[in-house]
Amino acid sequence: MNLSPARFVEFVMGDAQADRCVPPTGFTASLTLFSAAAMAFLAVFALALSMATGRLADRWGSELARSSTIRISAPEGQLAAQTNAALRILETTSGVAASRALSRDEQRALLEPWFGPDLPLESLPIPQLIEVIEAEDGFDPDGLRLRLAAEVPGAVLDDHTRWRRPLVSAASGLRALGVLSVLIIAGATGAMITLAANAALAANAQVISVMRLVGARDRYIAQAFVRRFTLRTLTGAALGVVLGSVAILLLPAAQDEGGFLTGLGFQGLQWLWLLLIPPLAAAVAFAATQAAAVRTLKDMP
Amino acid sequence: MIELENVAYSYGGGELLSDVSLQLQAGSFHFLTGPSGAGKTTLLKLCYGALVPTAGHVTLFGADRREMDRDDIAMARRRIGVVHQNCQFLDHLSVHDNIALPLTVSGRDLLAEQANLKELMTWVGLKERTGALPPELSGGERQRAALARAIIMSPDAILADEPTGNVDWDMSQRLLRLLVELNRMGKTIVVATHDLALIRAAKSHVQTRVLRISNRRLQFAGADL
Repeated sequence: MNLSPARFVEFVMGDAQADRCVPPTGFTASLTLFSAAAMAFLAVFALALSMATGRLADRWGSELARSSTIRISAPEGQLAAQTNAALRILETTSGVAASRALSRDEQRALLEPWFGPDLPLESLPIPQLIEVIEAEDGFDPDGLRLRLAAEVPGAVLDDHTRWRRPLVSAASGLRALGVLSVLIIAGATGAMITLAANAALAANAQVISVMRLVGARDRYIAQAFVRRFTLRTLTGAALGVVLGSVAILLLPAAQDEGGFLTGLGFQGLQWLWLLLIPPLAAAVAFAATQAAAVRTLKDMP
Repeated sequence: MIELENVAYSYGGGELLSDVSLQLQAGSFHFLTGPSGAGKTTLLKLCYGALVPTAGHVTLFGADRREMDRDDIAMARRRIGVVHQNCQFLDHLSVHDNIALPLTVSGRDLLAEQANLKELMTWVGLKERTGALPPELSGGERQRAALARAIIMSPDAILADEPTGNVDWDMSQRLLRLLVELNRMGKTIVVATHDLALIRAAKSHVQTRVLRISNRRLQFAGADL
């Protein structure tokens, strides 16, 4: 069926008489409605996963890309001198927006999750950390390493690339998995609608035979089935989206302590993506039923 | 209008019809007779394009059946009213909606056709049964409803397959009168039947041509009827 704008309007408006030619079938109607609702519900979660991991990948990528750390390990008497030397180098390094040495309290706070609150930092050979914030255009890490090696022998530059890359890669992978899930759900929806449509067409072979006998074109017969399945899927998917959205809203709000799991959901305009699910499900149902109807009608004598 | 030329039809390895030639002229009245299983229904199906001949040519309103696609067949069906012995209704629709079905599938405005529908239902004696469902009808009512559906589009030809097979003599006479009246309106009528009494009764009302299928071939029956 070639769906031109005029035919689209005709399809949506429908033909009450034509719709009545095909008797309502409880089994396929319920199956279609339930399948569409279930698949839309799952699609909401797949989209939420995709959105959440997308945000995570972006955040990790941008936050980690803009900060680096210099770790200075030196004997007690040389630590302050080497720290000052490193700070001077950073002041003259192009692409460094700011740099500062972390205070004892800040370093203690960093170690607190592992060693507890009463860590005697003064009595431990803890390296000095310098936080480096990059400018928009960034700095040349290899050049900086060479300068540090020459003037601050105890300094090690960590630009976070080593562990940023797998994290961003993992988040991007999860996002792709979410998108893949949506595609699989669309495919499964199409398969189930096809099965239901085939069952309905087979159950109505006599109806089709009578309609042909009185001069119905195959396009007319197909449309009666296609319209019915498309509207059922649209209704079921809308129901599934509403239920999925409520479920997402009932999840705990995003918190730092919960990390990724509490951030599952949509933010701002991302909710609008959900509006696409019912029409897309209807489009899948339209294509699946159309293909099933054309195939079945072609095979019928 | 409808023409069969040296037509043969085989199914399941056996030949059901062989070398059949027939011309259905506008306004003619044909009876098609023969024993059960002789091929009367098959011949009617060839006439309304439901079957494709295995040999020879069937021409429907100037078009070769083999060259016609499904849309062409659908359009031809709108010019040929068919009455089946088992009527073939949509049981979930009322008698009114079943009779209007050809109008519905051809996209005609049912509101504009209401007067015609009412008149037709009165003519076939079903005015009081418009809201009934097909399973609620008697055999005669079903046949009259099937006839009404066959003629609602004012077709050029009406093909009836054993239309009196399930009704009593009075009802068969009533159906016959309706068919004769349609023929007088210029419609081509073909009635497949093994009821020779019906054929004899018709001969007193209208000029008919009686065809008999015997040994897979079509013959013109003579005065023995």
